[in-house]
Amino acid sequence: MNAYQEFSIIGSRPVRPDGLDKVTGRARYGADLNMQGQIYGHIVRSPHAHAIIESIDTSQALATEGVLAVMTGADLPEPGDSVLGGGEGAIALKDLSPMVMSQGKVLFHSQAVAAVAATSPELAAQAAALIEVSYQVLPAVTDMHEALGADAPILHADRFPDGFPEEPTNLAAHISLEVGEPDAAFERADVVIEQTYSVPMCHQGYIEPHACVARVDAAGQVDLWCSTQGHFMVAQYTAALTGIDVGKVKVTASEIGGGFGGKTTVYLEPLAVVLAQKSGRPVKMIMDRGDVFRVTGPAPGAQTRVKLGATQDGQLVAADVECVMDSGAYSGNPASFPAFMATACYKLTDARSTGRAVYTNKPKIHAYRAPSVPQVTLGFELAMTELAAELGMDPLAFRLKNAVEEGDVNMMGAPYNRIGLRECLEVASNHAHYKAPVAEGEGRGVAAGYWINAGLQSSATLNVLSDGHLSILTGSPDIGGSRASMALMAAEVLGIPFEHIHPQIAATDAVGHCDVTGGSRTTLATGQAVIQAAEQCVAEMCRRAAAEWKVEVGVVTWSQGAAHYGEQSLTFEALARRAGTMGGPLTFSSSLTASSAAPSFGVHICDAKVDKETGRTTITRYTTIQDAGKAIHPAYVEGQMQGGAAQGIGWALNEEYLYDENGVLQNAGFLDYRIPVASDLPFIDTVIVEVPNPLHPFGVKGVGEVPIVPPMPAVAEAVYQSAGVRLRDMPLNPPKIVAALQEQ
Amino acid sequence: MSIQEFVAPHSLSEAKGFLSDGAAASVLAGGTDLLVGVRLGTRNPERVVDLKKIPELTAISIDAEAVHIGAAASAFSILHDSDVPSFFPGFAEALDLIGSTQIQGRCSAGGNLCNASPAADSIPALIANGAQCLITGPAGDHQMPVEDFVVGPSKNALKEGELLVALILPRPSPQTADAYLRLTPRTEMDIAVAGVGVSLTLDENATCTAARVSIGAVAPTALLVEAAGAALVGTQLDAAAIEAAVAAARQSACPISDKRGTSEYRTHVVGVLVARAIAQAQARIVEAVS
Repeated sequence: MNAYQEFSIIGSRPVRPDGLDKVTGRARYGADLNMQGQIYGHIVRSPHAHAIIESIDTSQALATEGVLAVMTGADLPEPGDSVLGGGEGAIALKDLSPMVMSQGKVLFHSQAVAAVAATSPELAAQAAALIEVSYQVLPAVTDMHEALGADAPILHADRFPDGFPEEPTNLAAHISLEVGEPDAAFERADVVIEQTYSVPMCHQGYIEPHACVARVDAAGQVDLWCSTQGHFMVAQYTAALTGIDVGKVKVTASEIGGGFGGKTTVYLEPLAVVLAQKSGRPVKMIMDRGDVFRVTGPAPGAQTRVKLGATQDGQLVAADVECVMDSGAYSGNPASFPAFMATACYKLTDARSTGRAVYTNKPKIHAYRAPSVPQVTLGFELAMTELAAELGMDPLAFRLKNAVEEGDVNMMGAPYNRIGLRECLEVASNHAHYKAPVAEGEGRGVAAGYWINAGLQSSATLNVLSDGHLSILTGSPDIGGSRASMALMAAEVLGIPFEHIHPQIAATDAVGHCDVTGGSRTTLATGQAVIQAAEQCVAEMCRRAAAEWKVEVGVVTWSQGAAHYGEQSLTFEALARRAGTMGGPLTFSSSLTASSAAPSFGVHICDAKVDKETGRTTITRYTTIQDAGKAIHPAYVEGQMQGGAAQGIGWALNEEYLYDENGVLQNAGFLDYRIPVASDLPFIDTVIVEVPNPLHPFGVKGVGEVPIVPPMPAVAEAVYQSAGVRLRDMPLNPPKIVAALQEQ
Repeated sequence: MSIQEFVAPHSLSEAKGFLSDGAAASVLAGGTDLLVGVRLGTRNPERVVDLKKIPELTAISIDAEAVHIGAAASAFSILHDSDVPSFFPGFAEALDLIGSTQIQGRCSAGGNLCNASPAADSIPALIANGAQCLITGPAGDHQMPVEDFVVGPSKNALKEGELLVALILPRPSPQTADAYLRLTPRTEMDIAVAGVGVSLTLDENATCTAARVSIGAVAPTALLVEAAGAALVGTQLDAAAIEAAVAAARQSACPISDKRGTSEYRTHVVGVLVARAIAQAQARIVEAVS
């Protein structure tokens, strides 16, 4: 039962508080801040994908007029075996530090090996070219299957995941889960299918490149500004990577031009801090677009074998999923999520799920929107559709027959609370899109998706201003409209106008700890902190009103933005204006580790038309249906649903990292790394289903990630239905479709 | 960036002076290739000569014989401030495929030609329309067909001190129409995997009396496929004729395999585009005379 059942402003669509600044260009992003006296950092990057650094000579660069600092990996502490908690998951310093700057060995092309700070960007670039690095070049391997081969070059001779295997290999991690007796259960199946599906390495494609500016004062206090999904994470990581006490690192988050998980780590920030320490001047660093593609963590490529068995009446009886994930050069642990979540949409008492992660000479992978789950879902959901076809069942009816509901247990072992998959499948089945006949020459695909959603730590501080307005401080960067959501939640509790509320993203020294904006957690967890602080505000205002009226606080009620007792009332504004004489300033803070997270489910319907002569696919109609728990600001929920679908469609059709034989990325730019543009997409229709999360006061569930999970299998099925050839390896680009049609 | 000098001459003679005194000069029209090259470090001029203040270079004029397009006239001005699209809808569509609206406000047809990308959209359309380059230089003025102007990837036929002044397209008869089609994985903001320009002339019996077919992005330069045009002349554009033109285009294509497509795919799809562009040009003539 949710604490709040009736809503007055939740569910409305006011203009976001940060909107005007963003559309008029006043909002300041990572590269928009300049500090007085700043100089500019430039990174020297490896021209090799696998090499031992024999020596680095910085003397010529350092001797150049205008060069104020030079650094190499030797200026960062040895990572040792320490592990950092980082919001969405723990990370070993030895996997993080070399992504910032290499120490001794280079494991992917363009890895940072040294950096220069000089009085102009041009001079810094020229000086960087004077740094002489001597390499012993090693053979590189970029294909994960080759990397597991017997004669592959070994990236880490000292790593044995869980003591296995005994000789060094490129196996980064392995996981094996089993429930029931899958092998015996397959015997009961009337129909069994087994297929293998693959997805290439892809990038998040955020529009704003990484950028920061850092100052270190004479007392060693660091002042850092950057574009990030979590500035508390930046403070923690930067401190650990540079050896500075975290208490001396203040971080301010700029506005953020997209992240999708890719900005839940650091790349430039520790280097800017070290260069600022060495030079005594603020140092600004901006990554160019090519380097964003070459050196920041993309999503892992994956290959998934799926074996499913069902009885003739459409009952799933067993599943066996085996996923191989490309980790890149260091451990990004991409195999766990898919192993745990592959089967999460369906009732399966007998299932096996295994995952392996593999080292390759490519950048270490990083989070991308529902990390690693779209890849495994391509396999599982397309196999579900192929199996439905073999059974002669409607693909949504087949899913509905097997869909999980409250009380079911997935591979993670905990029973589901109140979830909304069945509701989404029912809405999809009855949707006008699904009921419309498929147009001539087109094809239709459907798929479901699951994402776990995170809770984690959040804080909020509310300051009641003397004119009756309210300032909200949180430490959660606003990447998808969260300022508007925070203001709506506070307005709901307090009963004051949305326009009187001014949400801000405060620096690390001005508000309590907040984990990253990631895991679809901010509206849920930071929102819950805002709700709690607002409830404290109501309680205190009622207490003051009771004192004024000389009555027991228990008889005072709060509604419509005012305290009431009998005929008497005191408004929020009146209590704010008189705060100085009624008990002092009104400030309320709340911090929590949210235990209210609940999973999200979505169902997508895709119509596509393949031009069989050219192999080009046009998405002609697309509908997303998703359980949001309770939609705080429906427009931003819809925006998340549409954005996730757009990214998933891009992944299905054209996106792909292309490496040459030397491990050099061939398409490090938006021209040849083809995310969809607006004209590539139809209007993406949305239906928000609301099955309230019983653990959250407003019923919120995370919404940001699950919409990227179903698109690949939905698009792949629509392409199959239109073109008549079954393709199981993404992307479904024109050359691949033409080649498949010619082979047919 | 090592640009030492920026000049913006007001006349052709002044411009020629800046291009022939030995300095490493690059001309600037829209700058959509030059400035990107300077930033990437692939272009390194000491002097940049802006051409947009020279009246002849931005003028667009149409007389009884030909359409003259100043080499620095922006794609936007050609598309929206002139009658060029009504004469050459295919050429106009090629220009309209370049970059975005913002880019089209700067980039020029002359620049697209001088940049000499194998995948340039406007070049096959110019070749199909029999366009000539008007070139001026130390030795005076001369003309050259567009198909001879591009000599290799990023290489054009301009000699030291020479400047492309204008593109001259013969004025088409009412029985003539062009078409340009390209294949890109995306709908826009992309570079041709293959491109095809076609110009056809039909007589009153719907018999083809003249045809030029040009293919782009499937060889080091855009090519005029004379055999494809010849396969169409004298026919009523029946299936056999179109098939012969398609075969001739595929025969001439010698594409590379790269991140934008395999050699096999490019060879296949250039033929598909030839057939479709012929059909489109034919439909335009039929529509215009009916």
